[in-house]
Amino acid sequence: MIINHPLLGPRDSSEFTYLGDASLIDRPDWQAENAAEAFYEYGYLRDNPAGKHQELWFHEAGDRSWLVVTRDTTTHEISKVELARDLARARGRSK
Amino acid sequence: MRYSGFRVIKEALTGHKGWKPVWRDPEPKAHYDIIVIGGGGHGLATAHYLSKVYGQRNVAVVEKGWIGGGNVGRNTTIVRSNYMLDGNEPFYEFSMKLWEGLEQDLNYNAMMSQRGIINLFHTDGQRDAYIRRGNAMILNGADAELLDADQVRKEHPYLNFDDARFPIKGGLVQRRGGTARHDAVAWGYARSADTHGVDIIQNCEVTGLRIENGKCLGVETSKGFIGANKVGCAVAGNSGRVMGMAGMRMPIESHVLQAFVSEGLKPVLPSVITYGAGHFYVSQSDKGGLVFGGDLDGYNTYAQRGNLPVVEDVCEGGVSLMPMIGRARLLRMWGGVMDMSMDGSPIIDRTPVEGLYFNGGWCYGGFKATPASGHCFAHLLAKDEPHPTTTVYRLDRFRTGRMIDEKGVGNQPNLH
Repeated sequence: MIINHPLLGPRDSSEFTYLGDASLIDRPDWQAENAAEAFYEYGYLRDNPAGKHQELWFHEAGDRSWLVVTRDTTTHEISKVELARDLARARGRSK
Repeated sequence: MRYSGFRVIKEALTGHKGWKPVWRDPEPKAHYDIIVIGGGGHGLATAHYLSKVYGQRNVAVVEKGWIGGGNVGRNTTIVRSNYMLDGNEPFYEFSMKLWEGLEQDLNYNAMMSQRGIINLFHTDGQRDAYIRRGNAMILNGADAELLDADQVRKEHPYLNFDDARFPIKGGLVQRRGGTARHDAVAWGYARSADTHGVDIIQNCEVTGLRIENGKCLGVETSKGFIGANKVGCAVAGNSGRVMGMAGMRMPIESHVLQAFVSEGLKPVLPSVITYGAGHFYVSQSDKGGLVFGGDLDGYNTYAQRGNLPVVEDVCEGGVSLMPMIGRARLLRMWGGVMDMSMDGSPIIDRTPVEGLYFNGGWCYGGFKATPASGHCFAHLLAKDEPHPTTTVYRLDRFRTGRMIDEKGVGNQPNLH
């Protein structure tokens, strides 16, 4: 698979390591009432869809940026690559 | 029809006209006591033990394609019970014992071959870990034997012992481990289940689960609705999809594992061998091909094919372990979709939906578990309580912190 890095252009996927579903960006609030339940779901439950999947890739052998890749899990086709930083900030994280 | 040597001779003398199809091709009834979703190894084994051991006569297996067309036909056929943790070893040893009696039980030649399996170690630390694992196996009634480098050299003289980086220091052997003919396992279970009255319904895809007031009433399929008192889901690889129909998120990711076969060679490997420094395991099939595999590709996928970096990695591991295979040509490669669970161990349990039961999360250990998985899932479906060896394979163990993490890598499914 070739991942089209937003800063570096097309890079081979073997330069990256894979973390998992991009929902891992949305870490729950540890002080909330339901924190235990929220962290259980955050840590252990996954949508695991067959089709479009947003996922976190780390450019370990490159510029060490985190990317959010939108990829079809039935065809491996990559439709979108974003910097995870931009996505997290857009959701109000890490201001 | 019972298979025997006499039957083979009789058929040989009469032009092989007496062989009959070994399972029927029935239309689904309107209602069953128990429906098993998935006509793979585990689903068919479940049907066999439900009908033969637990006396259930009104059972159906529904399969979207043809039976045995999924992971039971796509694995590397290795059978072993060399686990360490208390939650795993009794279960896998139970499975090993069922393997040993499988062919007599099914009256079917599954080509079970207890040729042994050796896990090689390359450092003192790894040796100590294997000693610990071997002792855990022996405590649970399995067999384990530690070999030093000279003993390994006697049995496997062709290995790369004096590698500068990863010299072979010895190995942990389970003599009772080995291989079985994967397709024959599926067919043997199917034949036996059919003989005991189970309806095996192929080309019948489950498209939905009918759930009312928190109770599962049956399955919607491409052949219409089929009612059931209990529905068991044994679709490892696609658990996310099927359980998603019940609105459940699972502690599972689907990943692809690739496997490979070389061209046929003369007998070179006396047993199953696993490399301790890279991820590579290999055995030789009865046709002569080297059957081998390695790591997952490492990303979520439902495509039954992988990518080239892993092919390269696996072949590098193989050649560094046994340089003699460097000139062998690769004949075929394929991928199977694995249910990778959050702790690397399986799940056999009830679900929050009444009448819906789940069997999955087999990671890449599903084949060796086939008989015990079927037996224990049948126990759960028939008696509504877990089999003694699977009481810890709970669906909610991640909520309660009772993980069974053999490798100790945490909730990172692609590392198990």
